[in-house]
Amino acid sequence: MTALEKTAVETGMKTGTKTGTKTGMKTAVRTAMALDKAATVEFRGLRREFGTTVALDGLDLTVRPGELLALLGPSGCGKTTALRMLAGFEHPDSGEVLVDGDDVTRVPAHRRDAGMVFQSYSLFPHLSALDNVAFGLRMRKVRTAERRAAAAELLDLVGLADKGAQFPHQLSGGQQQRVALARALALRPRVLLLDEPLSALDAKVRLTLREEIRRLQRELGITTLFVTHDQEEALSMADRVAVMQAGRLEQCAPPAELYGRPATAFVAEFVGTMSRIPGRLDGTTVEVLGRRLPVDGPAPAATEVDVLVRPEAVAVRADDTGDAQVIATAFLGAAIRVTVRLADGTEVKADLPTHEAATLGAGAPVTVSLPDRPVLVAERTH
Amino acid sequence: MAGLNAGHLNRGRSNLWRWGVLACAGLYFLVPLAASVLFTVDVPGQGYTFDAYTQILGTEGFVTSLLLSLELAAATIAIVLLLMVPAMVALRLAAPGLRPVVEVVCALPLVVPPIAFVAGLGTVLKWGPEHLSRTPLFQTFVAIQNPDFPFVLVLAYVVMALPFVYRALDAGLRAMDVRTLVEAARSCGANWPQALVRAVLPNLRGALLNSSFLTLALVLGEFTVAQLLGFRPFAVWIVNVSGSQAQLSVAVSVLSLLVTWAMLLALASFGGRPRTASAARG
Ligand SMILES: Nc1ncnc2c1ncn2[C@@H]1O[C@H](COP(=O)(O)OP(=O)(O)OP(=O)(O)O)[C@@H](O)[C@H]1O
Ligand SMILES: [Mg+2]
Repeated sequence: MTALEKTAVETGMKTGTKTGTKTGMKTAVRTAMALDKAATVEFRGLRREFGTTVALDGLDLTVRPGELLALLGPSGCGKTTALRMLAGFEHPDSGEVLVDGDDVTRVPAHRRDAGMVFQSYSLFPHLSALDNVAFGLRMRKVRTAERRAAAAELLDLVGLADKGAQFPHQLSGGQQQRVALARALALRPRVLLLDEPLSALDAKVRLTLREEIRRLQRELGITTLFVTHDQEEALSMADRVAVMQAGRLEQCAPPAELYGRPATAFVAEFVGTMSRIPGRLDGTTVEVLGRRLPVDGPAPAATEVDVLVRPEAVAVRADDTGDAQVIATAFLGAAIRVTVRLADGTEVKADLPTHEAATLGAGAPVTVSLPDRPVLVAERTH
Repeated sequence: MAGLNAGHLNRGRSNLWRWGVLACAGLYFLVPLAASVLFTVDVPGQGYTFDAYTQILGTEGFVTSLLLSLELAAATIAIVLLLMVPAMVALRLAAPGLRPVVEVVCALPLVVPPIAFVAGLGTVLKWGPEHLSRTPLFQTFVAIQNPDFPFVLVLAYVVMALPFVYRALDAGLRAMDVRTLVEAARSCGANWPQALVRAVLPNLRGALLNSSFLTLALVLGEFTVAQLLGFRPFAVWIVNVSGSQAQLSVAVSVLSLLVTWAMLLALASFGGRPRTASAARG
């Protein structure tokens, strides 16, 4: 048995299947840490006001066992508040938080069984990396030798086996967040809470750590809530993404569905890039850019609507007789994003393969068309 | 090459400056001190003698008054820290809006002169027993004025130490993210007291040491309140004993300086790592 398995037994937690052939220490640890049954988390009608600001306005959300759910939304929409309610640092004015069907709203933070990684560096400055990871086990009164062994294994798990003796100020930002992750996992929590853990890191570290968190989360099978305002991060990591706005849930769906079939105009425009093109709604079809296309999803009641289109769905063709005009181009690598102004002044963004867009300089006359596919429509906002 | 030389020259010059400033400061402090020491040991007609010092140590009350001062200091430090540390952490976490209020309240003792403070205190101490003679509170009034350990002085010193302790602790708390540390500890299964003791206090070490230094220096040197309330801790004893003898009175002040230094050094080494201690002293 590894030290971690032992502590797991001693602290009275569920131990994973111990059938692992122990091909290596890491496998053994992961087997030991993998949970028998991951937890379900439910937010029911959470409401919280700070003075006159409404941080949460009746949030309903269910996190399925073992999934990584990303909370995505603009700044100030209540993501952190929701997460802190699950951690027990914040209390709802009304509504409840359920973990595996049990109401934990009144359970104090230290008995919530939730590991948390904070946005700011939160390691204890007076403790070495190893002691930081062992902190929780020390609170559980696990014997010194055992908790040090368990902490060392966890550090190994996050790839910092050789940094145990270093103090936080001797570690880089990415390393500190890895240690924080190991610390959050040390007590084998039922849920893992990550509040923008990567936002203080530079782009490259962010990318590798993102993948590492995802891999670890999958292997441990731990239910995870991941707060971010970076849509790319959310779409690339999460099993499902919950988009929030002004304290409410807008849509919760797998990344592909969120991108392809946004439930509301807000989601459509918040996730990815969307252009609005004016159109006339007529029953279940909409007339746009001189053609008639079927409407995807429920149609609004108005007749004057906007059609929502992704840049990759818009076709732009050089055409001397076209009444649209290129006003800007931006090089994105494999594609070039072309901004086109239509005859009525509407601006549309389109992604074209680099070789096709080579002739389209600013000012070039073009025609814009849409493929023969159902389109999303939204009520015209202006 | 030229740049290198210039840089070298610059550093040399700034070093020279530093030594110059240090030397000036040293002279300013050390010359009077050395003169005092010389004056006490070089008695005209007798040559060099330590008579003045042996005389002090032999005088009745040296040990008792010094011990009393140290006890008072220890009690004051304990009470003021037990009062202020939880209060200031709670202030940071729960009611940051109240901070200006507390800051002003804690600065009040600086504004009220000790004379006014002790006049008020004396009035209460006189008024109390007269009106409360038939209640158990009477005994309390008697107990806190026990000359062996006048607790009323501790109460007064706690108030007088507030401004210094507030400032020292505030600087310490400002240097760390108390809320995040406490929450990190709580999510690791620590309850409130554990989070405070295991996550916040160890990082406040320098600030705690600073507060203790300032309080110790304050209590060892405090004269007005103790004298006017009629107690005899070290500072009062020194003034009483020096009397009219010139040599003796100077010897006494040199001695009190040395005692204070010795105490501060003792506290620093007791406080742990020399790095923290020297930072706190500096
Ligand atoms: N302790 C607090 N006191 C007062 N207002 C608060 C407090 N915490 C949050 N708020 C307010 O509640 C709203 C939601 O805050 P929250 O921190 O949950 O946003 P967020 O979605 O995490 O934003 P960000 O992406 O910027 O972190 C904000 O308007 C914020 O000002
Ligand atoms: Mg936030």
